Amino acid sequence: MRVAFVFGWQMSRKIEGTMSSPVISGATAHPSPASSPAPAAEVIGVAKSFGAVQALRAVDLTLYPGETHALLGENGAGKSTLVKILAGIHLPDEGEIRISGQAVTLRSPLEARAHGIAVIHQHPTLFPDLDVAENIFMGRQPRGRFGQIDWSAMRAEVDRLLAPLGVGFDSSTPVQGLAIADQQLVEIAKALSLDARILIMDEPTASLSAREVERLFAIVRRLRDHGVAILFVSHRLEEVFALADRITIFRDGARVITAPASDLTLEATIQHMVGRQLQTLFPKEPAEIGDVVLRVEQLTRAGVFHDVSFELRRGEILGLFGLIGAGRTEVARVLFGVDRADSGTIHLDGKQVSLTSPAVALQLGIGYVPEDRHRQGLLLPFPIASNVTLPILPRLSRLGIVNRPKERDLAAEFARRLQVKAAGVEQAVAALSGGNQQKVVLAKWLAANPRVLILDEPTRGIDIGTKAEVHHLISRLAVQGLAILLISSELPEILGMADRVLVMHEGRITGIFDRDEADQERIMYAATGQARIPA
Amino acid sequence: MTRLARWETLLAALLVALFAIGIATSDVFLRGSNFSLIASSTMEKAVMALPMTLIIIGGEIDLSVASTAGLASAVVGKSWEAGWPLWLCLVTALVVGAACGLLNGLLVTRLGLPSLVVTLGTLALYRGLASVLLADSAISNFPAGFTRFGFGKIGGTGIPWTLLVFLPLFVIFAVLLHATWIGRQLYATGTNPEAARFSAVRVANLKLGLFVISGVLAALAGIMYTARVSSSRADNAIGFELDVIAAVLLGGVSIFGGRGTLFGVLLSLAAIATLRNILALNSSNAELQSIAVGSLLILSVLGPNLVRRLRGAQPGRLAGSRSARMAEAGD
Repeated sequence: MRVAFVFGWQMSRKIEGTMSSPVISGATAHPSPASSPAPAAEVIGVAKSFGAVQALRAVDLTLYPGETHALLGENGAGKSTLVKILAGIHLPDEGEIRISGQAVTLRSPLEARAHGIAVIHQHPTLFPDLDVAENIFMGRQPRGRFGQIDWSAMRAEVDRLLAPLGVGFDSSTPVQGLAIADQQLVEIAKALSLDARILIMDEPTASLSAREVERLFAIVRRLRDHGVAILFVSHRLEEVFALADRITIFRDGARVITAPASDLTLEATIQHMVGRQLQTLFPKEPAEIGDVVLRVEQLTRAGVFHDVSFELRRGEILGLFGLIGAGRTEVARVLFGVDRADSGTIHLDGKQVSLTSPAVALQLGIGYVPEDRHRQGLLLPFPIASNVTLPILPRLSRLGIVNRPKERDLAAEFARRLQVKAAGVEQAVAALSGGNQQKVVLAKWLAANPRVLILDEPTRGIDIGTKAEVHHLISRLAVQGLAILLISSELPEILGMADRVLVMHEGRITGIFDRDEADQERIMYAATGQARIPA
Repeated sequence: MTRLARWETLLAALLVALFAIGIATSDVFLRGSNFSLIASSTMEKAVMALPMTLIIIGGEIDLSVASTAGLASAVVGKSWEAGWPLWLCLVTALVVGAACGLLNGLLVTRLGLPSLVVTLGTLALYRGLASVLLADSAISNFPAGFTRFGFGKIGGTGIPWTLLVFLPLFVIFAVLLHATWIGRQLYATGTNPEAARFSAVRVANLKLGLFVISGVLAALAGIMYTARVSSSRADNAIGFELDVIAAVLLGGVSIFGGRGTLFGVLLSLAAIATLRNILALNSSNAELQSIAVGSLLILSVLGPNLVRRLRGAQPGRLAGSRSARMAEAGD
């Protein structure tokens, strides 16, 4: 069944090929999944792994025409991988995708589009220097008699598409000046012009205001009522319950449940998202918690994070949890002198400090293991030794001349202590596994002997064995008196390692929990911006 | 490192081949006086090539060196004409060179402009200032001691005085680049400026310092040139940036930063000077020399790239790296 989603307007016949669907005016009845025998899309037993990481394990998902289906899960649960498979970016290792009952192979975004799948990403991918019409008809502009672009037909068509969306711009507006919300509407108009039957939205509301979200939802509901199957990924649970007909929850790459939204409570949803057993992966040893080392007051970087205040003590592991976009890394960047705060103060050992560069932060005893190992953490072509000693090279030099034997010995010492598996410290870091690379980054900052160590996703993308080693190391460092700020998107890691947990949501701290009062539900409530704390 | 070692071996072989060609095609090639000529005419470019090597390894470029040298030459002439003592004329020229480098450095590090554009602009600007100072005139009544420094030889050895300026500078720069922490930070900056910054390297200060040093040494080269040709003119040392950059790149320094050695640059300086000398001895004109040096420049960049592309084109390799990137971009 081919469903069009026009809102009662007459389609131009001038634009051949791209606008071939028959016009259906009037709303299709909103079909309930049970009574709808023909799914728009089916995902059957799809598995996908990247190297050693199993991103998806035999997941099933059925999308019916005329339903809004929410896909939920923690960071790393496999949502984005599934979206990318449906968008034609990844090919599944196993399993099958069916569109309108037909098994298909989506080898590229173009093929996905040909099967009626349109994907709207969190950050719209438009050409900023072109106008709205040019973006919508990029690569398939209507042609005139001599092969020239038929501008008037194109603009007329686009304005017809935009009219029912109730937007404040038209076909000739340059995309450059449009807000993210409006750019998303351009993407939606593009999907309409492509006759998309399956609309996938990956965190469409992440950067929208409440009113923009309302307008987007109104449009999405209208599309649904016209028979489009809509799959959307979101971290904002209240929006999910406001919009979704059905909800599917992923955890660790597997599907936990698919149920009508009306059958799920907020509490049950969160439990399904996080509900796993804490493993012995977290060998947290009791450390003696000492004086305050780092005190942050009312730290604000306009538009990024606001009024962030906390204290970090000697021997303490302070967990910083939040979903993507919560502003955790941005706070860390300010604490390491990469970015400057607009207001607020930072005190080290009671003295106010001005962190103007990472070099200054290092001098003051702050180390930072960044989130992006390859771009920020390592010099991939350099040997292990040079990577480990780079921040402290002046200390290993006399009259500027680097003492090579001393450098090698120091690097070898830390490589041994962290059990870096390599042929020797002269081996290039690029040749190491992800886990060993991360150990080199850690060795680099341990060699610098900091008082405060900020760890930003220290175990992302590394195998489970190395992960346990890194956790053990973090715990030992705290026992030795280091003050540690542990940023992580993994709840078990935060719960297993942290003495206290700080939770951020949209640039603000929404919760602080001691180790004994921190649990998955409370943290998840705070991280999704829910005011209510369950009893 | 092994790739660079091989590159330097290749350069040494090229140099030997050029010597063989020189001996075969000209009777005067092996004479001491010819070597003096090769050496003294190369020294200005060699001096400019030292900081250029460091700048390119650090991921930037300075196209304004020859114009800075020209401006320094004009400053020497103009101040000498005004009756200043020679030492003051020279110091002033060096200070002007430092100021030229500082402007480049500030525009690059504080405003974040690409050095290619900034120094292309100052290439025209500094040359223009030299023309403003001297117009079409030439100042050439310099004292004999000054001009003897330019083209004179030490005793009867045939070794030009300017070589004595270059050699200690070469040693200083080689130590700076290859033995000190500053040199290491420079390689780190050229390899990945963001990772270098996250490793507490003061990237901006490092680059600013290099541009200032480049300005000072360009001014020194301008002084050497003025002394050698016994004349201060607005178009002194014009076009030298091509030879300097060609020598650095042919020396195995990566135009993308992070790789290269000063030893390689030394070999390539010698090779280019010898090539030019052979062409001159065989009465080729200046245009032909330009064509030869330009071709060498392109070959020096093309050669390593071609090798890398041929190696990189192994089946499956591209697909592998693509999926790895995708995995990283995943949730």
